Amino acid sequence: MIREVAIVGVGWSPFRSITPDLSYKEMMYEAAVRAYEDAGIDPRRDVDSFVTVAEDFNEGTSIFDEYVPDQLGALHRPVQTITGDGIHGIAAAVMQILTGQFDVVVVEAHSKASNVLTLPHILAYAMDPVFNRPLAAHPYFIAGMEMRRYLAETGTPLEACAQVVVKNRANALRNPLAGYGADLTIDDVLASEPIAEPLTRLACADHADGAVVMVLASGETARALTDRPIWVRGIGWANDTFWLESRPWGQARYAYLAGQMAYSTAGIKSPRTEIDFAEIDDTFAYKELQHLEALGLCKPGEAGAWTLEGGTELEGEFPVNPSGGSLGEGHLLDCTGLARVLEVVLQLRGEAGPRQIEDAEVGLAFAWRGVPTTSGAAVILSN
Amino acid sequence: MKEHVYETVYLREKDFQEGRVLFETWDPNARYAWDAGIAIGRFLQELKAGRLVGTRCANCGRVMVPPRMFCEHCFVPIDEFVPLEDTGTVITFSLCYVTWDMVRIEEPQIPAVIGIDGASPGMGIMHLLGEVDPKAVKIGMRVAAVWKPPEEREGAITDILYFKPL
Amino acid sequence: MGRNRVAIVGAGMTKFVRRAQETAKELAWKAASKALESCELTLDDIDAVVVDTAPDAFDGIHMNAEYLSDGAGGWGKPVIRGYVGGGTGVFAAIQGWYHVASGLFDTVLVVCEEKMSSCQPHPQGAFLTIFDHTTERPLKPNLLWIFALEMNAYMSRYGLSKKDIALVAVKNKRNAADHPAALLGDPDITVEDILNTEVLAWPVQRGDVSPISDGAVALVMCAEHVARRVTDKPVWVEGVGWSLDTAYWTNRDLSYPTYVEEAARMAYKMAGITEPRKQIHIAEPYDPFDYKELHHLEGLLLFDKGKAPEATALGITQRDGDLPVCPSGGLLGVGNPIAAAGLMKVAEIFWQLRGEAGARQVPGQPKRGVAQAWGDLMQVGTVIVLGI
Repeated sequence: MIREVAIVGVGWSPFRSITPDLSYKEMMYEAAVRAYEDAGIDPRRDVDSFVTVAEDFNEGTSIFDEYVPDQLGALHRPVQTITGDGIHGIAAAVMQILTGQFDVVVVEAHSKASNVLTLPHILAYAMDPVFNRPLAAHPYFIAGMEMRRYLAETGTPLEACAQVVVKNRANALRNPLAGYGADLTIDDVLASEPIAEPLTRLACADHADGAVVMVLASGETARALTDRPIWVRGIGWANDTFWLESRPWGQARYAYLAGQMAYSTAGIKSPRTEIDFAEIDDTFAYKELQHLEALGLCKPGEAGAWTLEGGTELEGEFPVNPSGGSLGEGHLLDCTGLARVLEVVLQLRGEAGPRQIEDAEVGLAFAWRGVPTTSGAAVILSN
Repeated sequence: MKEHVYETVYLREKDFQEGRVLFETWDPNARYAWDAGIAIGRFLQELKAGRLVGTRCANCGRVMVPPRMFCEHCFVPIDEFVPLEDTGTVITFSLCYVTWDMVRIEEPQIPAVIGIDGASPGMGIMHLLGEVDPKAVKIGMRVAAVWKPPEEREGAITDILYFKPL
Repeated sequence: MGRNRVAIVGAGMTKFVRRAQETAKELAWKAASKALESCELTLDDIDAVVVDTAPDAFDGIHMNAEYLSDGAGGWGKPVIRGYVGGGTGVFAAIQGWYHVASGLFDTVLVVCEEKMSSCQPHPQGAFLTIFDHTTERPLKPNLLWIFALEMNAYMSRYGLSKKDIALVAVKNKRNAADHPAALLGDPDITVEDILNTEVLAWPVQRGDVSPISDGAVALVMCAEHVARRVTDKPVWVEGVGWSLDTAYWTNRDLSYPTYVEEAARMAYKMAGITEPRKQIHIAEPYDPFDYKELHHLEGLLLFDKGKAPEATALGITQRDGDLPVCPSGGLLGVGNPIAAAGLMKVAEIFWQLRGEAGARQVPGQPKRGVAQAWGDLMQVGTVIVLGI
C-alpha cells in the first residue's frame, strides 16, 4: 500500500441470539462509545468520515442510511453506507484514507437478525426474480448443491465438515463475545436433521444480533493515537458471476480473486508461511474448507484432512476461526466480516484471553456475503 | 452526445394487457418485530398512559422528542426523562389529496410537524391534524393532542388520534 | 487533490422511460457499454466497478448490487456499492474518485441503475418504509408529505409564491426538450401549465414533481496517466464533499439544507474554490421537485438564502444566463430514476465542459461545474466539482 493505514480502535455490542433490551440505535451507540474510548478520540471532533454497512431488507427500512448518523456521533459529517459486508466497509475506509484527504475514518456494521421474522424469505428475495425465485425454495438449497459439488470434486469426507463445527463451537466457549459456544462431537453434527442435504442443521451458522465499530487512521495519526496500531497490510474484494446457472460450484472463485488482490496489495507471496492465523467465513461448515483452499492457505482438496488432523485448531499450526467463527459467534448478517476482523485485531493485540494465539503477527480475515451471492472480501492485518 | 445514449424499449399498459410482454410477480414476505429499546420503549409506555415524554441532555440542556438515550450533538449518554405537554405549535404542514399509490382522496389528510410544548424550540414530531378546516390551517397554529380512550391505547404513536386546534 | 489526480474520460446512459422492457441488469449493461464505447475502452481495461442503486425495494431484489454486478461489468472484478438514498448518484462518482485517488485502481467503471417500475402498484410503495418504524410508520405516511412539509417551510420562511417556484419546472422541462434521453422535455411548456396541474399534497402539485422512471447511467473514471493516453479532453475531479444531517428530521429547520452547504464547503475547499459564484460556471443541483433546485442553489452558496427564486425569475439560471443551472433538463425534465438521475448530472457537467452537449451546450466554454444530489430523509448532500 502506498500510504499506511491502521486500525486504532475497536468496539462492540456482544453477540447474542436475541437483544430485546436495546434498539438497533442503542446497540450501535454502545459499540461506538467503546471504539472511540479504545481509540482515544472524540467523534464530534476527530473523525473525518464515517462508513456504515447495512442492507435495507435486513433492517426493514428503505434507505437505512437515514438512521445511522446520530448514534455514531456522525452528525453533519461525511457519512456513507456500503451495502456489502463489513470488510467492504473497511475497504471503503482504507481507500478514503489512501487518498490523503481523510485521516480518521470510522466503520460500523451491525445485525438485528432477531428482529427479522421472515429471514429465509428475505434471503430468497436476493435471487434472480425471473429465473430462480419462482422456484420458491429455501435459499439454503444453493449451499446444499454447492457443498455436494465441493465434496465430489475434492473427495472431502463429511466428517471434515463436521469437525469444523466441533472446532469452531469449542473455540467459542473461550470467547465471551460469542453466543453459540458448545461442546459437540462429529456424530452430533452428522446426526442433526438435514437442511439441504448434505448440509445438516448444525453445519449452518445460527444468526445473532450484535454491532461492531472500528476506527481506522492514517499511519502518522495512528502512531500519535496509540502505541499498538494494527496495520492494514492488504485488502481485496471480488465478485464472481451471479448466475446460478453458470457459476463454478465446486470452487469459491470470489475468494480466490479477493485473496489474490489482498496478497498482491500486501506483497505476500506465500500466504501459508507469511500469515499466522485466519478468521474465515464459515456460514456453512464446508465453506471454511472451501475458502481455505481458494485463499491458497492449503492445496485444493486438502483442507478437510488438515482440519481432521487438527492443523486449524487453536493449538494447531495455523489456527482458523479462533473466535468460533460464525458457527460459534452466530452469523451477524452484514456485520459478519467485521466480527472476523475484530478477532484478528484482538489476537494481534494479545487481548484474546484464553484463546490467545502465541506470537501472532499477521492475520487474515475473509468474509463471504452468503447465498445466493458470489461476493467476498479479504483483509490482512499485522501488529 | 446522442451516440452516448442507448435506446430503451418503452412499455405501455396495453403491452401487458394484450400479453405482448411477459412478467413475473412476487409478493415479498418481509415481516419484522423491531426492538423499541430503552428510549423509545419508555416513549411508547408513556403514550399508553396518555403522556408525551422527552429526554434532556445534561451537557447541552436540550430537551428532545422523540426521546433518545444519547445526545447526537454532544455524544454523551442521556438518562433523564422529562414530561412534556400534549400541546404544541404547527411548524409546517401539508394538505395531501392522494394516497401513497396516487389514488385521489376528497378530504385531504393534513400531516404536520408539531413543535411540542416543554421540548426545546424546533423539537417536533410528525402527526396528523384533525377537527379543522383545511383552509384554516396555518404555520404557527396552536394545537393539542386528541387521545384514544385509555382502554384502546396500545403503546403506539397512534394512541394519539391527531392534533386539533386549541 | 488525492494521491492520484482523477479524471472522467467517458460517459454513457440509457434513454429514461417510465417503464422499460429491459431488466435492471440489462439497463446497467446498456449504460456501461455506452460509457466504455465513448472512450474506446473495453471491460479488460477496467480494474474495479462501482455499482450503485437506490432502495432495493424498487427493483424488488434484496442485495441488489449482487444481482446487478455482472450486468454492470463486475464479473471477476472488485465490485462495491455505496448508498446514500437520493444522494447516491453523485456519490457514485465520489466513490469512483476515491477508488482511483487511493492509488489502488487505475480505471474504474461507475454504474448507476434504477428500475422503479418494478415496484407495483406504485413505486412510492418503496418509500413507505423510509420512515421510522416505530414513531412514524404507524401514521401511514406518504412520501409526498415530507417534501410538502419542507416546501411549505421554505415558501413561508421567504414569502415565496407557487409561481416563483414553478419557473424552475418550466426552465428544466424546456431544457430537456434538447436531451436525447429525456422523458418529459417540452419546449413550449408555460408557468400556467405547471400551476394548473393537480394538487397532490399542497403545496406540491404534479407539475412540481419529477417523473417515476427507469434508466441507467455510467462513467469511466481513471488516473491521470491513463487519462492522458485515452483522451485529449479529460475532465478532472477537483473536489468532492458529502454530509449527513440527523435522522430526527422533525427536529430540524426544514427551510435550509445545511447538509448541502457542508458538503459544498468540503468540495470547494478541496477544489481551492474561495468564491463559488465566480469560479463555478455551470451547475446541476438536484431537482426532484422544483423547489429543491432553489433550495440547493442556496445550499451550494451560489445564491443568498431565499434569493434563488429571484435569480430564476431574472433568467440568470437559463442556459444562456450568467449561471446556467440544470442545462440537461434535470430530473424534472430528463426523468428521475433515482441513482441514475444523480449520475446523469455528473455526466452532463462532463459533456458540457468538453463542449459535447450538442443542442444543450451552454455558451462561453465553461471551465468548471458542480453537480449535487440529495436524499435520505431530506438530510444528505453529495457534491462533486469538475473542471478542465
